[in-house]
Amino acid sequence: MRLRLQVNGTEREAEAREHESLLTVLRERLGLWGSKNACEQGECGSCSVLMDGDLVCACLVLAGAAEGRDVRTVEDLAAGEHLHPVQRAFVDAGAVQCGFCTPGFIVATAALLRDNPEPSDAEIREALSGNICRCTGYGKILEAVHRSAAQGYTS
Amino acid sequence: MTLLAGGTDLMVDLNFGRKRPERVVAIDRVPELSHLEGNGHVRMGAGVTYTRMLAEDVGSAALREAARTVGSPQIRNAGTLGGNIATSSPAGDTLPVLAALDAVVVLRSKQGERRVPFAQFMTGPKKNVRRADELVVGAEWDDAGPAQTFMKVGTRNAMVIAIAGLALVVDRPRRRVGVGLGSCGPTILRAPQAEAFAAAIFEAHGWDRHLTPSDAELKEFGRLVATAARPIDDVRGTAAYRRHVLAVMGERALARVWSIT
Repeated sequence: MRLRLQVNGTEREAEAREHESLLTVLRERLGLWGSKNACEQGECGSCSVLMDGDLVCACLVLAGAAEGRDVRTVEDLAAGEHLHPVQRAFVDAGAVQCGFCTPGFIVATAALLRDNPEPSDAEIREALSGNICRCTGYGKILEAVHRSAAQGYTS
Repeated sequence: MTLLAGGTDLMVDLNFGRKRPERVVAIDRVPELSHLEGNGHVRMGAGVTYTRMLAEDVGSAALREAARTVGSPQIRNAGTLGGNIATSSPAGDTLPVLAALDAVVVLRSKQGERRVPFAQFMTGPKKNVRRADELVVGAEWDDAGPAQTFMKVGTRNAMVIAIAGLALVVDRPRRRVGVGLGSCGPTILRAPQAEAFAAAIFEAHGWDRHLTPSDAELKEFGRLVATAARPIDDVRGTAAYRRHVLAVMGERALARVWSIT
């Protein structure tokens, strides 16, 4: 089926197969490989995107149900070579090990700080509870979120 | 025809090739399903997400507590009340609350509206009385006041399917105690003996008064909660463990809400 949606501020069209997820469309049809495909059951958060402003797992969105939606992926954050403050903070804190979970964590962190610019430790843990780092690098990730908050992240 | 709401259950089946429905109808943007009204009698549309239950604080403190234990922010932004009801998993976190509240499931078809008490709605694991031509449009219940709570045991606080869940509602104005149990039987169970035991204590001491229960009363309530369970051994836990945690949760739940008037 033919699908039309806004991706990172641009009107896009893509062919979606039956039962295919938004994640597959983003990666396989639109060449946006930042959102990662891991668990395919909403457990790991590595495919986190914003849909109409809400943080969701792209693997749990049926492509057809994304018709006409506004989707923002991790690729939307950096301005050319200029990293987004959340990305910069993850680099500076060394919050990246294998890097596979990182895009999901960065999108989830950006969503958190948009709604709550000065989160406590407990609030960060709850907000990122749907993102799993298999390398278990959570200490540095927490530090990165605090750094982003301190840098006065603005959307 | 398969209905798609938040997608948190159906999409997993599609991604893993377990279901190949011919037609999928997405109902997540149907505005008529997103109503949420309080004021004594609560009407919650099937499309209300867990995030909205938390943000809007209408209807039930226990439901909010249950919503907060569901998945993660990503899941709570997508998953809905109607999805939880229609999927009818024994581990559905809002379902013990609906049971304890004596909620009514509202179904709609071309033939009209059908209202089914939650106790008669679910008939087995992922089985319920919804006909193929019917849509779950929401749930309704009488506001039972603030003396209510939800508890859940799992391996972490987030992203966890309940090993056992419990909702307790002490509806002081209606002089009623409701206990709903999740993940410990083929359907959501009530605990009628525990409910009657607690109601008798409130009856004797006065429903409107602030009370301090004895340890023996709390223990007995927990024991009666556990006897209502019909648990099995499965990958998440053993039947014996489920009975044990239900007794502990029952005791703690009553201790938590006892003094709330």
